[in-house]
Amino acid sequence: MTKFILRRLLSFIPVFFIIVTMLFFLIRIAPGGPFQGGERAVPPEVLEKLRETYNLNAPLYRQYVDYLVDLAQGDLGPSMYQPSRTVTEWVQLRFPVSLELGFYALLVAMTLGFLAGITAALRPNTITDYVPMSFAMVGICIPNFVLGPVLVLIFALKLGWLPVAGWADPLDKVLPSLTLGTAYAAYVARLARGGMFEVLAQDFIRTARAKGLSETRVILRHALRGGVQPVIAFLGPAAAGLLTGSFVVEQIFQVPGLGKQFVDAAFNRDYTMLMGAVLVYAVLILCFNLVVDVIQAWLDPRVRYG
Amino acid sequence: MPLLKVDDLRTYFHTREGVVRAVDGVSFQVEPGETLGIVGESGSGKSVTNLTLMGLVPMPPGRVESGTARFNGVDLLRCSRAEHRAIRGKRISMIFQDPMTALNPYMRVGRQIVEPLLIHERCSGKEARERAVRALETVGIQDAPRRLLDYPHQFSGGMRQRVMIAMALITRPQLLIADEPTTALDVTVQAQILELIKQIQSEMGMAVILVTHDLGVIAEVCDRVLVMYAGRIVEAATTRKLFQRPGHPYTRALMASLPAARKKGEALYSIKGMPPDLTQPINGCPFAPRCEVAVPRCQSAAIALREFREGHETACIREQEGELP
Repeated sequence: MTKFILRRLLSFIPVFFIIVTMLFFLIRIAPGGPFQGGERAVPPEVLEKLRETYNLNAPLYRQYVDYLVDLAQGDLGPSMYQPSRTVTEWVQLRFPVSLELGFYALLVAMTLGFLAGITAALRPNTITDYVPMSFAMVGICIPNFVLGPVLVLIFALKLGWLPVAGWADPLDKVLPSLTLGTAYAAYVARLARGGMFEVLAQDFIRTARAKGLSETRVILRHALRGGVQPVIAFLGPAAAGLLTGSFVVEQIFQVPGLGKQFVDAAFNRDYTMLMGAVLVYAVLILCFNLVVDVIQAWLDPRVRYG
Repeated sequence: MPLLKVDDLRTYFHTREGVVRAVDGVSFQVEPGETLGIVGESGSGKSVTNLTLMGLVPMPPGRVESGTARFNGVDLLRCSRAEHRAIRGKRISMIFQDPMTALNPYMRVGRQIVEPLLIHERCSGKEARERAVRALETVGIQDAPRRLLDYPHQFSGGMRQRVMIAMALITRPQLLIADEPTTALDVTVQAQILELIKQIQSEMGMAVILVTHDLGVIAEVCDRVLVMYAGRIVEAATTRKLFQRPGHPYTRALMASLPAARKKGEALYSIKGMPPDLTQPINGCPFAPRCEVAVPRCQSAAIALREFREGHETACIREQEGELP
């Protein structure tokens, strides 16, 4: 197992290198650049000075090598659009907020999703199947930017139970987490239902029943482990999606997270900030995939020894 | 007193295509310590009969329409779920056709083997483990203490069936239902598994219901035989009598279709036609449309299992009346 993890960690190095390279050039291929497209045109001599400061006048390969050298030392460079902080500082400031939001949303997604999916799988094609699955279908269909405002309308404006936006009180965190989590809860529910359904039809479940186990024990001890596999496999992409996809929710609820930072950086051609944000996401996705692989190996012995 | 007495068991499946009469009025009994064979082709109701006794028929679509099944005085078809659970896995155990899928791939075999002990006998973990080691040794698995920690995929097919047997027998049941236990195995392994079941049976004195479509297996291990066709029992006899002189044209046809019944190079015998559609009501003898000795009367007369000579019952009316040679 340790060997497996080490091998996977080593494979991160080339993957990361390729991401950095592609990202670096792709960003610069995009039309426009930093310091352009503001309200007022920047005087040429000022622009020249700015480009000088941010090493944009050097040949492209030179910029690339310089960036790699800095990156190797953990330096993501200064932000071109918000120069009050370096990119590293911005990430340190914003990322924990996104991570927190993502974590709560994942919690919501898992709890709601598993409950709904497993309930549905136990009595297929009955009311306890149709009701949760209909909700799941609705959850998949309604986009965040609709669900968010609707929830605000109901719980903040009409009922006045929760704040409209912000990220200070614990109560502030409820609506953004719910909004972000429900879409994924819907996917989790469908996957959990499918997984449980498939496992419950297996021969070994009949064996377990033949041993005289109670239905609860059959489900918890024998079915669950196999039934959650599809959900676990989905967890990697889901976690990544929760973190990268959170910018819509962050925008709606004015959450000061990395998602908002990321979108702003893309609009403003803030090269360094954009690179920094994407690299953080990239590392995150790589790590999540590894975590998922490890969980899967732990759940399914055939993967472990295969 | 018989260990198990089944009377007029009917299990139907209510599907969109109609009502499938999978088991339609089956009665038989099992004496303590005997081996009863149930033989028949696919879809003849032999598996559903046993799954009904175990309470493992999915309901819906399945439904037990009538009948009783008295096991030690308890009616398995009418007792509460909890009562049934207390019996199955403890006093009646079952092993299945495909050992590759019948064991939980996510669980160490040791934990699967001790499970019946933990829930039925409330054994301590230590005692359960010791008994699991002994059970594995009994079924001929080497290095048992270490093998308990293995997962099913680390065993071969024959070895998995041995694990299944160890698991089924760990509570020392009075009745073992073996549903085609050797069908999925290599021929050489088949003989070993049958031998093992026979040997353990004689040591523990339990009764066995052996479901198979292989008459060779019946000849080898069973004391008595039921022949099933279209959800009914068409013949019941001691093994010796059945092979000495089959009492039903269907059984005779089955025996004629054994490869060994023909000379090498000769075309194999096969029964013409198809088994009847079980969603349609059957008048008279279900085998009559395919029977070579059927007369018009077979399609209309009331059919029932009757003894036509000592220890030998048949549902064939021509046999009952002594019309067949």
